[in-house]
Amino acid sequence: MNASAPQVRGSYGSHRAEWPGRLFIVEGIDGSGKSTQLTLLSQWLRGEGYPVVFSEWNSSPIVRVTTRRGKQRKLLTPLTFSTIHATDFSDRVEREIIPSLKAGGIVLADRYVYTAFARDVVRGVNARWVRSLYRFAPVPTLAFYFRTPLEVALRRILAARPKLKFYEAGQDLGLHPEATESYKLFQSRILIEYEKMVGEFDLNVMDATLAVQAQQRALRQMVAASLPKLPRKRKPRVSA
Amino acid sequence: MSKFQWYGEGVPGVSLEELGGWLIVLEGTDGAGRTTHIDLLRQELERAGFAVAETGLTRSDLASRGLRRAKMGNTLGTNAYNLYYATDFADRLEHQIIPALRAGFVMLTDRYIYSLIARAIVRGADPEWIRDVYSFAPKPDAVFYLRIDVPDLVPRTLTTGGFDYWESGMDIPMGNDLYESFTRYQGKLIEQFDHLAEDYQFDTVDAMHGVDEIHEYLWGKVSELVRSERPAPPRIATLP
Repeated sequence: MNASAPQVRGSYGSHRAEWPGRLFIVEGIDGSGKSTQLTLLSQWLRGEGYPVVFSEWNSSPIVRVTTRRGKQRKLLTPLTFSTIHATDFSDRVEREIIPSLKAGGIVLADRYVYTAFARDVVRGVNARWVRSLYRFAPVPTLAFYFRTPLEVALRRILAARPKLKFYEAGQDLGLHPEATESYKLFQSRILIEYEKMVGEFDLNVMDATLAVQAQQRALRQMVAASLPKLPRKRKPRVSA
Repeated sequence: MSKFQWYGEGVPGVSLEELGGWLIVLEGTDGAGRTTHIDLLRQELERAGFAVAETGLTRSDLASRGLRRAKMGNTLGTNAYNLYYATDFADRLEHQIIPALRAGFVMLTDRYIYSLIARAIVRGADPEWIRDVYSFAPKPDAVFYLRIDVPDLVPRTLTTGGFDYWESGMDIPMGNDLYESFTRYQGKLIEQFDHLAEDYQFDTVDAMHGVDEIHEYLWGKVSELVRSERPAPPRIATLP
């Protein structure tokens, strides 16, 4: 973390607690390969004997009732889209991320507050306000941003001919009536927001055009440098 | 120039210029007589020829169901509740309050952001943060705070259904039983309301006066308000 980065009082970034655990997060547009990288990282960490906790976006079952209702019935506006996702994320922070960090866990999160900052600002939510909204979120030990050229990411996603959902394609923004075209425009705007955040939040930029194993090597190297010492090396219970 | 102002950056995509009508808020703990006085004001306003709309906490189309379910199990993190309420409020603001103001109605609001701010602070939220979360709200034309002290509130609560789990703050128990927790919790809420009354300039009314007396006072203020200024003429929306 860059200590000289300007810290806006009362904004996201003020919550830096010293807990025994570590928090590593990955960010990037759809198709950047970040989830693949995080899965590989978790396998390595587990193999090394670390207690790994995987935290996923949109996971609180109670809040999901409302999120699903909002999405299916298209009830969500930029404001409520923002607050309902913050509600869900807050529940995850309180009941999963913070306790795990206190307990010495290695928490891996696929997407973090930066996803919300990018999406919500593209939807017209005030950038300062949304950064303040997420003030409760602890700052990750390391945040990785998988930088991908738009065309590469779009090719990866669209080659699978996905059935793009209304909000996923950003169709609530009225950029284009057709889902795929809307999605492209939406992603291009999200990419711009990510690029703005690299300097603002000291995101570690990963070149997502490199081979998967090359990216993973770089990722493990950086993570290894911030891992706590394991109390003792245990032998696996089951012998092969 | 609109007669309305936002507390902060406002609702994305909504221009204050579109808003007319009046936004009138009644605040106060349960049992202070808010519902009674809203009913009386409504009758009076309609008699005088004003169109009236009403809203109250947790009545949103989007989040009320999920919020109710969450409260039944009490399995959501404390801060997530704060944000769930914010989502419910945002939905009502965009789908009930703003449309009513656009149409030049008198919007009678049974509790506003202040109750939500107070309950969050009592549950440990950073006061500066939670106020900023709600800074998307418009400033009401008037906020009447029906103030009642705990010793006066207790008999009223006893005769109207007893102590409610949430109104007693049992999710953050403050005593060995409902009664103990109720008195402490309500005491803390009132303390917060008193702070807010100062900061947000409420019109504080002693809720121990008779119904007629209070109504006379409220109607005096409200009728003066609605008669002294004309609502902004509704604008004809221009289609793109």
